Amino acid sequence: MFSKGTKRKFSDGGEAISDESLLGARVASSYSLQRQSLLDMSLIKLQLCHMLVEPNLCRSVLIANTVRQIQEEMTHDGSWHMVTEAFCSAGQSPSERLVATEVLCRSREQDAEPKLFSVISYEGCREEEVVADETLCSVSVSNTVSNVCLAGRMGQCWEKSELSGVERDEEVLEDSRLGSGEDEEIATEDGASTESPKTIGQVFGTFEIKNGSPGPDSALEELFSDVDTSYYDLDTMLTGMQSAPKMGPYDLLDSLAPSHSSPSIVSTPNCRSDLNELDHIMEIIVGS
Amino acid sequence: MGEDGESPKINHSFLRDYVTEADVISTVEFNQTGDLLATGDKGGRVVIFQRETESKDESEELGESGEYNVYSTFQSHEPDFDYLKSLEIEEKINKIRWLPQQNAAHFLLSTNDKTIKLWKVSERDKRPEGYNLKDEEGRIKDISTVTSLRVPVLKPTDLMVEVRPRRIFANGHTYHVNSISVNSDGETYLSADDLRINMWHLDITDRSFNIVDIKPANMEDLTEVITAAEFHPQHCHLFVYSSSKGTLRLCDMRESALCDKHSKIFEEPEDPGNRSFFSEIISSVSDVKFSHSGRYLLTRDYLTVKVWDLNMEKGPVETYQVHEYLRSKLCSLYENDCIFDKFECVWNSTDSVIMTGAYNSFFRMFDRETGRGVTLEAWRESSKPRAVLRTRRIYTGGRRRRGDVGVDSLDFTKKILHMAWHPAENIIAIAATNNLYIFQDRVNAENL
Repeated sequence: MFSKGTKRKFSDGGEAISDESLLGARVASSYSLQRQSLLDMSLIKLQLCHMLVEPNLCRSVLIANTVRQIQEEMTHDGSWHMVTEAFCSAGQSPSERLVATEVLCRSREQDAEPKLFSVISYEGCREEEVVADETLCSVSVSNTVSNVCLAGRMGQCWEKSELSGVERDEEVLEDSRLGSGEDEEIATEDGASTESPKTIGQVFGTFEIKNGSPGPDSALEELFSDVDTSYYDLDTMLTGMQSAPKMGPYDLLDSLAPSHSSPSIVSTPNCRSDLNELDHIMEIIVGS
Repeated sequence: MGEDGESPKINHSFLRDYVTEADVISTVEFNQTGDLLATGDKGGRVVIFQRETESKDESEELGESGEYNVYSTFQSHEPDFDYLKSLEIEEKINKIRWLPQQNAAHFLLSTNDKTIKLWKVSERDKRPEGYNLKDEEGRIKDISTVTSLRVPVLKPTDLMVEVRPRRIFANGHTYHVNSISVNSDGETYLSADDLRINMWHLDITDRSFNIVDIKPANMEDLTEVITAAEFHPQHCHLFVYSSSKGTLRLCDMRESALCDKHSKIFEEPEDPGNRSFFSEIISSVSDVKFSHSGRYLLTRDYLTVKVWDLNMEKGPVETYQVHEYLRSKLCSLYENDCIFDKFECVWNSTDSVIMTGAYNSFFRMFDRETGRGVTLEAWRESSKPRAVLRTRRIYTGGRRRRGDVGVDSLDFTKKILHMAWHPAENIIAIAATNNLYIFQDRVNAENL
């Protein structure tokens, strides 16, 4: 997010090309950074709905659709050049245009003050407001940092440290919703941002068992191989007798496999997944 | 519109903002005459309020009487556990619907996520006295002491309200039930969960007809769920259901047994100028209601309420902005899950006014004739009984007036999700967390 007060001048073709492309590159990386953070947020939301009560299917579907949408866009993007070509070509239909791309194509749009990053919007978050109420969040001013603040009694803030190269750390998110029974606590996680389409299925998989379909997690399969899955046929039994291997918080991350060769995406180290499988199996055995 | 009157539900909280989770009201519904008002809460309880009728003088002024007092309280649903999935089944009452009254007793349907129950609410104000074989306490008499026979007589006693479960419609739903709707035929009703809609006969509990099934063969392909459903108020063969993608489908049960194929689909094309990653989420319809006339549909999505004409599928005939100022805050609202809040919407008795809830204990009313909207507040601190509600304003720019509320100081934990409008009069019931507010319109009382 651009720090308050910085005016980005509309640069003509007269300006040095390097300046413009530098600005554009920064903007693009901000956009993809924010898109990335939205993706991560969505994945965390999908993971954390395995609580005592059955998760809300509508909410899960909507989050999954958002993830799909971001994923689709990221497969179509790839690099800055591709984006400019795709969206700035003449005759691009308005329906294709996300508000965020206004920034990318500034030279061709005539908006006076484009809604910057409406996809991930921070308009309501003024710097002085945030600083005034320190209990809400701390602000680090940097144009690669994204802050999400909802001032008022929500008292919630999500802070991300600066992106450096391909590595990124996520801070702990604390959800302090009042009066809500949900208790989402997110452990610190590293990297791991891409996902395969199978993740979506695994989320909905908690609602029923997939008969015979090979899951990506073979360890879990072995664990439940002696369960007679034919009994849980949804079509014949209306009593909702299905179950799926209950997934721990790490499983979704484990199954994330880098499926796109986007250079800015970090892939999960494989040795970590083994450790988490072991953790998960221990959880089941111990019954925690 | 001036309004007054407040009957908050009795809830003694010693800490100011502390709310017992179980007391949070999750549904509100008037019966067909408006004399009874039922509320369901997260703890599985149902509280029925009855309107006072002052029968002292014949020429009572309409609108003068009408305080609602507690009539009956009962535990409708208990928490349950699904052993196969190792998941709890919440006892929270998702919906209550009254059946049209056929005799002295009242019937209502209440549902949690999985099970629908039919309750009979009846009054008893007489009891028989003078049994031959039993004494006053009910103990069997020694026959040798009975010297003469008498006929038991009915003597008046204190009013007792009995509530008994008459039917339990269980095991019909794999997913969470979000709607129930009683058919105009008086014999059937529908229940809708995320992926299926079932039709039941009120007398038959061991089977139901599945009339809509949108579950894909492969759950990975699931992209759309059912969010609400309702029968047409007059045509017993028509019903509508809304989806998380913002579409409404009108189905005719005469066409086929399984109404997967809609008769009409109501969809508004997406506004390309407002497109974002949250477009789909905010287009998800959280509530759909037929107008009393049966000609229009009222829908609520995250930022707007829309009125649709059944004869026109290509878009709504009216759109009202509930809280457009939240559009720039969608990411924050996504993060704290508020974007998934399901607000209800209601018509007034003449279909001329629509109402829906918002945040910060605010609710909005829109006059369809003028197109104007007003913001009102349901908050104990700012309204005394019989005080006139004053309208509120959200400050979004321009000249700031005293009393305006800034967008950033809205309390998103105080949401008005559930509400009901009296079927005949301008009396509204608003559920604000664990409190129930009942507001009455004085101005138009004489015109009724």
